Amino acid sequence: MVKGSQSFVFESQPVIISSATVGGPLEAEGPLSGDIDILHEDPYIGQDSFEKAEKLMLEEAAMKALEKAGVNRDEVGVFISGDLINQIISSSFAARTIGIPYLGIYGACSSSMEGLIIAASLVDGQKVRYVLTGASSHNNSAERQYRYPNEYGAQKPPTSQWTVTGAGVCLLASEGQGPKVTAATIGRIVDMGITDPFNMGAAMAPAAVDTIETHFKDLGRGPDYYDLIVTGDLGAVGHKIALDKFKEKGININENIFKDCGMMIYDREKQPQVFAGASGCASSAVTIYGHLLNEMRKGNIKRLLAVATGALHSPLSYQQKESIPGIAHAVAIEM
Amino acid sequence: MKSNSNNSNIEKQKYKEFAQQREPKRPVLKNCIKAFIVGGSICAFGQIIQYFYINYFGYTEKNAGDPTAATLIIISIILTGLGVYDDIAQWAGAGTAVPITGFANTISSAAIEHRSEGYVLGVGGNMFKVAGPVIVFGTVSAFAVAIVKMLINYLGGM
Repeated sequence: MVKGSQSFVFESQPVIISSATVGGPLEAEGPLSGDIDILHEDPYIGQDSFEKAEKLMLEEAAMKALEKAGVNRDEVGVFISGDLINQIISSSFAARTIGIPYLGIYGACSSSMEGLIIAASLVDGQKVRYVLTGASSHNNSAERQYRYPNEYGAQKPPTSQWTVTGAGVCLLASEGQGPKVTAATIGRIVDMGITDPFNMGAAMAPAAVDTIETHFKDLGRGPDYYDLIVTGDLGAVGHKIALDKFKEKGININENIFKDCGMMIYDREKQPQVFAGASGCASSAVTIYGHLLNEMRKGNIKRLLAVATGALHSPLSYQQKESIPGIAHAVAIEM
Repeated sequence: MKSNSNNSNIEKQKYKEFAQQREPKRPVLKNCIKAFIVGGSICAFGQIIQYFYINYFGYTEKNAGDPTAATLIIISIILTGLGVYDDIAQWAGAGTAVPITGFANTISSAAIEHRSEGYVLGVGGNMFKVAGPVIVFGTVSAFAVAIVKMLINYLGGM
């Protein structure tokens, strides 16, 4: 049902019957490692390229999610996935292996929630029985595509973020046990003229604020409705900007209920190489589909607003001096 | 009606300032000191190598430069291959980027990175991806400087 200008509620409340996550070496050292199903010490995972390693992580997460739910892959109507690599090859090649009908999406780091919105819509509209949706990113494959060769000695500024190596997948069904997807807000592109790809938090923060504000307005809710509002990968810089923007707008969001996946998945004191925090599709996918859904299943979180944030630039657009368009999609998940 | 996503330049400028106040600054002075120490140390180390070649291998001060540069390049490539050069560079900044070791790192890191795409299109095609502009503009500026020098000579200067 349509709510306001950009939001809608899922009347049938599709259920996340299972979810699975995979992480790399730095994620294994991080504070959320206990919630990651499969951890890899080797960034290559025995493959001969980082791209193949990323694809493998996505396959592993997808298979693990199916295994946990005891659902056969033939029963799944569609696999929806996105990643950061050119032409989203990680997703498409994983779909080739898994063999489930496939929809490839690109929303940069917002892909996780973009996928969940489409997945929930398909289940809610009774088009399919099961939908598998996920996203992946790999630090080394993203680094070489967006920035410099991995071993190149360029000094990163303190506003830079660290792309998460990992994948997160969840399985949706019309009924079953688990957290329910109840509402969503599709974000607009907000571009405030930030051009520095080493400062993506600042580029994406206005989009996150815009989507969250719209979500509240459309659904007639306030921040108090949720136990936790979590953004995907704003990092410490973007998080601070978003908090202060809310304050400026007179929206009272407490720091205790407004968090960022990019600041949760790593310990920034013990892992200083991540600078302002995590980024990448897997930042939100691993944190939400792993840690946060587990917290919901344990009953520690009843109502979650998951807001995945994306920076929709490319290396080409950056070189052509274009600013970074930001986007954010919000999904309400309730237990 | 909400403001259009295509925000005005004034709004963008205001946001830029708003964001900048919340960003940690690059520690410029600290970075300069680190770069000075590391860059200087690399050059001092190069000097030691040069004396070594002069004293033990019979090179002259003039032709000892080549094996010295080659030695520094090899050390830089080995450190790049071991995956530690970028970590040192994060600390040292321009200190490791400016000397010849930085140049060796740009080429070797690109070569390692693109090995997955094969030797010809991968390694060969991308090796100079980062270093290429240095070579191009180094050559172009050398040409410009040479013309200026020639003109000064021609006009009877120097």
